[in-house]
Amino acid sequence: MAKRVVRLKVLRQDGPHAPETKRWEEFDVPWEPQMNVISSLMSVQKNPVTADGKTVAPVVWESSCLEEVCGACTMIVNGKVRQSCTALIDQIAPNGEVITLEPMTKFPLVRDLIVDRSTMFESLKRVKAWVNLDGSHELGPGPRQSQENQEEAYPLSRCMTCGCCLEACPQVNATSKFIGPAAISQVRLFNLHPSGKMHAAERLETLMGEGGVADCGKAQNCVEVCPKEIPLVDSIAQVSRQTTKHMLFGWLLK
Amino acid sequence: MASKSLTRTDSGKTRRVIVVGGGLAGLTTVIKLCEAGVPVDLFSLVPVKRSHSVCAQGGINASVNTKGEGDSPRVHLEETVYGGDFLANQPPVKGMADAAPGIVYMLDRMGVPFNRTAEGLLDFRRFGGTLFHRTAFAGATTGQQLLYALDEQVRRYETVDVEDEKGILVKGEKMVRKFEFWDFLSLVQDDNGRAIGIVAQDLKSMEIDSFVGEAVCLATGGPGIVFGKSTNSVINTGTAASAVYQQGACYANGEFIQIHPTAIPGADKLRLISESARGEGGRVWVPKDAKERRRGKDVPEKDRDYFLEAKYPGYGNLVPRDIAARELFLKCFHENKGVYNDKSQKNELEVYLDLTHIPEPTLRRKLAGILEIYEKFVGEDPYHNPMRVFPAVHYSMGGLWVDFERREDGGLVRGSARNQATNIEGLYAAGECDYQYHGANRLGANSLLSCIYAGLEAGPSIATYIKGLTKSSFDVGSSVFEKAENREKANYQAVLKMDGKENAYKLHEELSIMMLRDCTIERHNAVLDKVIAKVDEVEERSKKIGITDTSGRANMGAQFIRHFKNMVVLARVIAQGARNRDESRGAHFKPDFKQRDDENWLRTTLAFYGENGNKSEVKYVREFDYNVAGKPLHATDKVDITLVTPRARKYETAGAASAVAATAGKDDKPGKDGKKETQAQP
Repeated sequence: MAKRVVRLKVLRQDGPHAPETKRWEEFDVPWEPQMNVISSLMSVQKNPVTADGKTVAPVVWESSCLEEVCGACTMIVNGKVRQSCTALIDQIAPNGEVITLEPMTKFPLVRDLIVDRSTMFESLKRVKAWVNLDGSHELGPGPRQSQENQEEAYPLSRCMTCGCCLEACPQVNATSKFIGPAAISQVRLFNLHPSGKMHAAERLETLMGEGGVADCGKAQNCVEVCPKEIPLVDSIAQVSRQTTKHMLFGWLLK
Repeated sequence: MASKSLTRTDSGKTRRVIVVGGGLAGLTTVIKLCEAGVPVDLFSLVPVKRSHSVCAQGGINASVNTKGEGDSPRVHLEETVYGGDFLANQPPVKGMADAAPGIVYMLDRMGVPFNRTAEGLLDFRRFGGTLFHRTAFAGATTGQQLLYALDEQVRRYETVDVEDEKGILVKGEKMVRKFEFWDFLSLVQDDNGRAIGIVAQDLKSMEIDSFVGEAVCLATGGPGIVFGKSTNSVINTGTAASAVYQQGACYANGEFIQIHPTAIPGADKLRLISESARGEGGRVWVPKDAKERRRGKDVPEKDRDYFLEAKYPGYGNLVPRDIAARELFLKCFHENKGVYNDKSQKNELEVYLDLTHIPEPTLRRKLAGILEIYEKFVGEDPYHNPMRVFPAVHYSMGGLWVDFERREDGGLVRGSARNQATNIEGLYAAGECDYQYHGANRLGANSLLSCIYAGLEAGPSIATYIKGLTKSSFDVGSSVFEKAENREKANYQAVLKMDGKENAYKLHEELSIMMLRDCTIERHNAVLDKVIAKVDEVEERSKKIGITDTSGRANMGAQFIRHFKNMVVLARVIAQGARNRDESRGAHFKPDFKQRDDENWLRTTLAFYGENGNKSEVKYVREFDYNVAGKPLHATDKVDITLVTPRARKYETAGAASAVAATAGKDDKPGKDGKKETQAQP
């Protein structure tokens, strides 16, 4: 019996300024139990030969935790944006189907499957996604919080800044400045926290201009692709209401 | 004095400190430095929000005693020291246990969504090696939540301008500058060996550059990838710790590697199922009949062997990890009673971890994060079927040797330049990459705590150190930096030209399979000799690697060769240390030397790098001299056991881990004189 193989079809490019190197390459790697896309790519590193017998540089990708809590290994697997660590071969290609891997398209390409998502971290700066702490010295316990509040905050706080929601959002594109769902949802998170909400207005103001929450087109793709099932659409709706309220009455409260 | 200002040299340059690593320890160090007014350059292999700390699941220990159980930092200290089989220096452990409640409060104030009680207080759960509810948690993704909170505070400092003592803003300088996707290559040292900067490589452009720092702090995590597949992230190669070890830093207790009893298999890594599953009531069992064919949930109670509960009635499923891992291994490997697998038609090295008796809503509220991992990667429903788990390499108790300054009462002198200082002047270490807090075995939920505590010590310590500097690193001539940079550039060019037959990834696999099989749960001297011979062989063959990628951009292959060579060096430290230590203590277990031998081995393993001809070697010493802040000091391998007197470790009896706990009533006032109470313990 022929050994079972996994066929990967990878969209590669040597760098952002080398569009002429954009190409599809295919690799056959031996099947193993509990295999995922990452372990298939690791297999290519051990034997970087394409399906048609050409020795090439191994494919490069980004990864870290391999258990879907760090967000690093996000890419487009079989046309869908997701973490590649949870893309188990037996689930995505149960009958030996070809698996396509592509880099995300909404971020600048670095090489092969690696893109530069630093814009997402910049967005977190812009919206001031933090509690304004007086200092790390001992100041006693934090504010009491209800279980209900914790249960609303915790899912929002699991956002890995992976970029799936931006990749899927039609409003995030080369011609728009839309900040995207992830950062908006962080505003909701910090505006929920008992001391975070003391600075709610500052955060809302960062989302009131161009590229802010009003640029959401309500396609609702974000919530479909979020690997942590964060209620992004709710977050956008809530922050949108908060900004409207702030716009209408905020000056009265100053 | 280099300068009276902590922010500017006399010549007007901004005085920065370099922190390498952006997990809990690194980020805490950064925050403390910023609060002291010291600007920081933060280097990380990955965006700091993707550091390995995200993988920590169960929680963080702090004896807040909100459940009225009589818990206290004193009990925490005793249980940590006992759990670590008395190999840890006790003053740092005391410092950590005392600081723990404040740390959890700080994190709470930062916005970590810790689970709450009905009254809105922090909720705590049980963990291994204790009978108390001492572990604060945010679902089952506590590490991720803690990391994010610290990451957010550091991000805030990225937007804050540097301000000198007079309140004058330094134009264009922010308190934190991040260098993400940068790989640490080596220290820059001045003529006296003092660390004055680093050489690093941009992993996108592959450009190599040197950076000046008044001091350098490594917070680069553990070396789990030395063992190939582990519960660690792929970035945990230990490369930075290995690099500074090769530059003269002492590596301590390298042979103490923690095996976590409950992980799930994968082709790329072994994913952890947190101890919190047992803390919330999860039970470990195997079928009594090794040929049992029924599915786990269909095996009736009378046919199950709850072997941990049977053997350790005192702590049951929550015995420390080294003991649980050994018992699992005994059951599955030696008695061949692991769960039978129909597909492979054999008894696997797997046991059941059973949560099915706990109501589903409770599990969802407290453990969803790990159960989601099980569901996604195993494809089974852990709410209604017992999980199948097995042991995996998890954590390194050993790491870079660091100093501390002891207070009269046994804690640490906060702000002493000696705390977290390595033997290389100006180089500090914090987090899993230091050896300080866990002795021979780490208790669950103490790692997040030790990382943050080490950062809380490292920050003020470094600030004191740079205040006392006689010459700023920024006033050292550029030629020292150019030389270091050129050395690393030459090393990198040499890697790009490697044209041998060996594949670095395959070679790593070969070494790690042996390390995993022969240098983990059970260690035999004859076998360890073979492991060391293998290290020799692999080291030799690593000179004949062929580079598979010569690209000038995001060259993962060339980076891996460097990391791999550094892993080989650490593999030798681990294996040789294990070979030498003829006793059993904590995670280090030799069936031929089953007893702990305090007379000969209650001492820290101190390893220095050496070379013999073409071969690397480890030099073990009993003592050495070093300098901190210009002051000559002397270290020995003697362990500071002045707070808790060593005694045999037995988890069969409830309360055995803490003398105070065994005698304490239900009030929260533990005795102050620990020694006396310790002696009262049988």
